[in-house]
Amino acid sequence: MSPDVFLQHLVNGISLGFIFGLIAIGYTLVYGVVKLVNFAHGDVFMMATFFVFYGFTLFMMPWWLAVIFGIVVTILLGVGIERIAYRPLRDAPRISSLCAAIGMSFLIQNIATVVFGGRQKSFYVPPSLTTTFVIGGVRIQAITIATIVVSVIVLLLLTFLIKRTKMGLAMRALSVDFDTAKLMGINVNRTIAFTFAIGSALAALSAILWALRYPQIWPFMGVFPGWRAFTAAIIGGIGSIVGALFGGFMLGMVTILLVAFFPEAAGYRDAIIFVLLVVILLVKPTGLFGEKKSR
Amino acid sequence: MDRRMKLILTIVSLLVFILLLWLAESYMDPFIKRILNVAAIYVILGVSLNLINGFTGQFSLGHAGFMSLGAYASALLYMSPALKATNFFIEPIIWPLSEIQIPFFFALLVGGAIAAVAGFAVGAPCLRVGGDYLAIVTYGFAEIIRVILNNLQNITNGPLGLKGLPTYTNLYWSWGWALFTIFFIKKLVDSSYGRALKSIREDEVAAEAMGVNLFKHKTLAFVIGAFFAGIGGGLLGSLLMTIDPNSFNISLTFQIVMIVLLGGLGSITGSVVMGVSIAFLMELLRFVESPMTIFGLTIPGISGMRMLIFALILVITVIFFRRGLFGQKEFSWDWIFRSKRRNAE
Repeated sequence: MSPDVFLQHLVNGISLGFIFGLIAIGYTLVYGVVKLVNFAHGDVFMMATFFVFYGFTLFMMPWWLAVIFGIVVTILLGVGIERIAYRPLRDAPRISSLCAAIGMSFLIQNIATVVFGGRQKSFYVPPSLTTTFVIGGVRIQAITIATIVVSVIVLLLLTFLIKRTKMGLAMRALSVDFDTAKLMGINVNRTIAFTFAIGSALAALSAILWALRYPQIWPFMGVFPGWRAFTAAIIGGIGSIVGALFGGFMLGMVTILLVAFFPEAAGYRDAIIFVLLVVILLVKPTGLFGEKKSR
Repeated sequence: MDRRMKLILTIVSLLVFILLLWLAESYMDPFIKRILNVAAIYVILGVSLNLINGFTGQFSLGHAGFMSLGAYASALLYMSPALKATNFFIEPIIWPLSEIQIPFFFALLVGGAIAAVAGFAVGAPCLRVGGDYLAIVTYGFAEIIRVILNNLQNITNGPLGLKGLPTYTNLYWSWGWALFTIFFIKKLVDSSYGRALKSIREDEVAAEAMGVNLFKHKTLAFVIGAFFAGIGGGLLGSLLMTIDPNSFNISLTFQIVMIVLLGGLGSITGSVVMGVSIAFLMELLRFVESPMTIFGLTIPGISGMRMLIFALILVITVIFFRRGLFGQKEFSWDWIFRSKRRNAE
């Protein structure tokens, strides 16, 4: 394999890694604050693509407006799920909220199947994003670069939000010690709703980037990206944003390089990711960047 | 009421049940018999998942994966070599499997055993960690098994699946296994192992402090659950006469999770009642997917409507009626007679 082709795969892997990383951060933020695996996250991801799709085709919005519309509606959906399904169960045993999350995932998938139909739809990709640049022999699609640029901007914003704002401080406080944070006068409901809003916004953004890359959308499209992103979050150490990003990168690289070097094993890439996950759980259960478990 | 009386009652009701099975098998029409068979398989799956999710308090979402392993492993063992040759026309099946044929019962057992081994391989790493990892890992496992089954052309026939399987499953097989599952898991739950499992569910730290080996007991429950899922899958394959790798998807797992949650986490009775009810409801609710006319308004049939209804019921149950239909209560003769006496007073 020539260095050019290798570089090309590397860039592809980085951009896919950013997408996984963004979804994984959504999982990790929510898990950090409410200690809940948000099973519906992959389905929120899926719904975002449909919101953009219908904003564009049904409501005849210009493309940029459809994207904003999609992100806003997805945020409402994410916050709504928290309000309806998770908040009433916050003081219930953990298994109940896990059941609620699984139930919501099941419900959203089926609503999508009934309302949108089970068949694949093709997602509109603006022509400007499909052009291919050739930089020193390396062929890179515009969407690949756009993904990297958008992700970096979003990550900088997110870092600012978490490290420098009051809301971010509240989120960090809740994730360290829920009860004490509550006693210190943090508005728990608002902070959790805000966490879900950010998680959903990240899901929406990554879903749009994903759909621009693989422009087929259907009601079960969130299952695999969602699962891989959660794997990324575990590999990086759940609760850690840097870890989630790192895990996303790792999976992005594994996925792309596997297809590049062993095309015949491409069908098994999720199996390989799965083995990776099991090995990590055996060797370092708290993940690469995770803190020591205190339960 | 004394023990002997109860034993007699149990034996009599079992005999009546077998008589009913015989009547159903001989005189019922095939459609109803098929639903009854599916009901028995749902009972097996529901009760076995309840052992993991309800009694041990772990959350597995891998039942569809274990079922598919059981279905494939047993089918590849009970199919005749000639049938395998006709099925595998794209790429012939690998050697030892192409010659082997063993009786249905043993094939089922091997299917269950393979599912159990897979259950150990998947469960052991996450059960050591605990928490929600099991749910997400088994969720991934079930999907990945599906991908692998689609890719192993010379063992599983890939996406074509297996067709024209001999129909061994009848009411005796399915309900026989269902009764055995109920009996086995009831005995297990009432034993010292069962008390350890329930203590893990209630409080892991306290259970460990009392000397319960967490890892051993969780793995035990998980492996037994996987074994019965494999048996259920084997029975289902032979009942439907075809195995489609993509039918063992996450929706199937959701159906079984639904049986457990609606029946009550930690109630075998609940899983049995809901398993049978859902098998019938699945058929009864078929009408919502066909075109219908209400007050002169014609609504075209929408596929997927049934599952949407079930999903709604599931979410509402989880949020508002967390204990399900039976909570952690079980059927017993005392319970029946006590309520009767109360009614009489």
